[in-house]
Amino acid sequence: MAETSPETPLKKTPLNALERELGGKMVDFGGWDLPVQFSGILEEHQAVRTRAGLFDVSHMGEVFVRGRQATELLQKLTCNDVSKLEDGRCQYNGLLYPTGGFVDDILIYRNAPDDYLIVVNAANAEKDYEWIADSAKGLEVFVENRSADFAQLALQGPEAEGILQPLTDLDPASIRYYRFARGRVDGVEAIVSRTGYTGEDGFEIYVAPEEAPRLFRRLLEAGSEAGLLPCGLGARDTLRLEAKMALYGNDIDHTTTPLEADLGSIVKLDKGEFFGRDVLVREKAEGVARKLVGFEMVDRGIARHGYPAVDGSEEIGVVTSGTHSPTLGRPIGLAYLPPDRSEPGSEFTILIRGRETRARVVPTPFYKRARH
Amino acid sequence: MEPRENRYARSHEYVHLDDDVAIVGITNYAQKELGDVVFVELPQVGTTLEAGDELGSIESVKAVSELFAPLSGEVIEVNEVLADKPDLVNSDPYGDGWMIKVRISDPSELDQLMTVKDYEDYIKSES
Repeated sequence: MAETSPETPLKKTPLNALERELGGKMVDFGGWDLPVQFSGILEEHQAVRTRAGLFDVSHMGEVFVRGRQATELLQKLTCNDVSKLEDGRCQYNGLLYPTGGFVDDILIYRNAPDDYLIVVNAANAEKDYEWIADSAKGLEVFVENRSADFAQLALQGPEAEGILQPLTDLDPASIRYYRFARGRVDGVEAIVSRTGYTGEDGFEIYVAPEEAPRLFRRLLEAGSEAGLLPCGLGARDTLRLEAKMALYGNDIDHTTTPLEADLGSIVKLDKGEFFGRDVLVREKAEGVARKLVGFEMVDRGIARHGYPAVDGSEEIGVVTSGTHSPTLGRPIGLAYLPPDRSEPGSEFTILIRGRETRARVVPTPFYKRARH
Repeated sequence: MEPRENRYARSHEYVHLDDDVAIVGITNYAQKELGDVVFVELPQVGTTLEAGDELGSIESVKAVSELFAPLSGEVIEVNEVLADKPDLVNSDPYGDGWMIKVRISDPSELDQLMTVKDYEDYIKSES
């Protein structure tokens, strides 16, 4: 059970010392020293679903794309329609290779018509920056990797708005879903977006790294009466999986297309030419070779990332994510399966450490919050 | 602190010996490392184990870990309560969170296991 010590020193977020002080159980997460949990994954998960949780997601990367041809560049590199964005709005999008596979899945914030902030996965930040910068050559676009200039806190859960409200000169209630605003949080300059990776209401707050520890403490204090807990990567994973939000490196990567990953809602084929479009057009016409589906276990056991789905001796697919769902109280997961076996109700076999274990395709998401 | 009278395996199972019956579970250190336990897979009564055999697995929310037999012998009882209350492994690893009882076949194997002092030194070297 011991973590193997890495060759290179782990990267630390500005909250590292505070997280240790708060009793975080630290793990190596893609080269970052981050807390997997504080009080326990189940308790933290429950706090976010019913009250609120506070996450350090400072490892995420921030890339700025600016200039007269910024929109043109982003339209070429992504599958969603960037022209639909307005100032102060965010968009979930796929950064695609010409093969249709994901460079990364990203959030695009439009500051102004020629000024975008792109929030990228930690492990991909350098790769994404280089990909975007290389593609920008010859265009009137300035690309800048400013990941080191930002810490990011995610305040998630039904109590998030009430906790944030007294601390900011912004009106959190007026920031609607997938919108953002600039203002001050506890006196500190911040970008505040109503976004998250938990399937719950909440905010993501970007501040200068040196301000992060004080703000993290302040939010914990402000939220203590409402039941706010510091949360780690473990709860982040169970929360996002219940909401069927894809995890790069698990559910999607350079070999998977957005249509295979059941992310058709971010594929806008009519927006004009973009990398991977011809592949997606063909997939749309002829069907995908495999499809990402949600499943529950029929037999006992938890299927984890990488376990094969089989039909007799034939491997028909693979589990990409799997865990115990704290909300449902039973194991859930995501897997790539052939399309003709991907209908809800369809049963299939997963090899759990060599043992044949039955699972059943179910509709997703596994959890959807009640909206008012 | 782990109980003094038990013996410990490098794979973090404990053995509480009562005459020729070994009660086996995972240590307090191990349950803390695993986090919330949600599923425990144990062998059937009557299974014969050799020391070092994989006897089952334990799933926490974040990961799965194999369980290994610290001693050879026959499984004479399995803690059925864990099927419904796997969290007992977290809340009471040495009490209600025990896993199996084994009638041991070779008492000399006990010498291969660590004393509490050795185990605590071993944990320190691991963390």
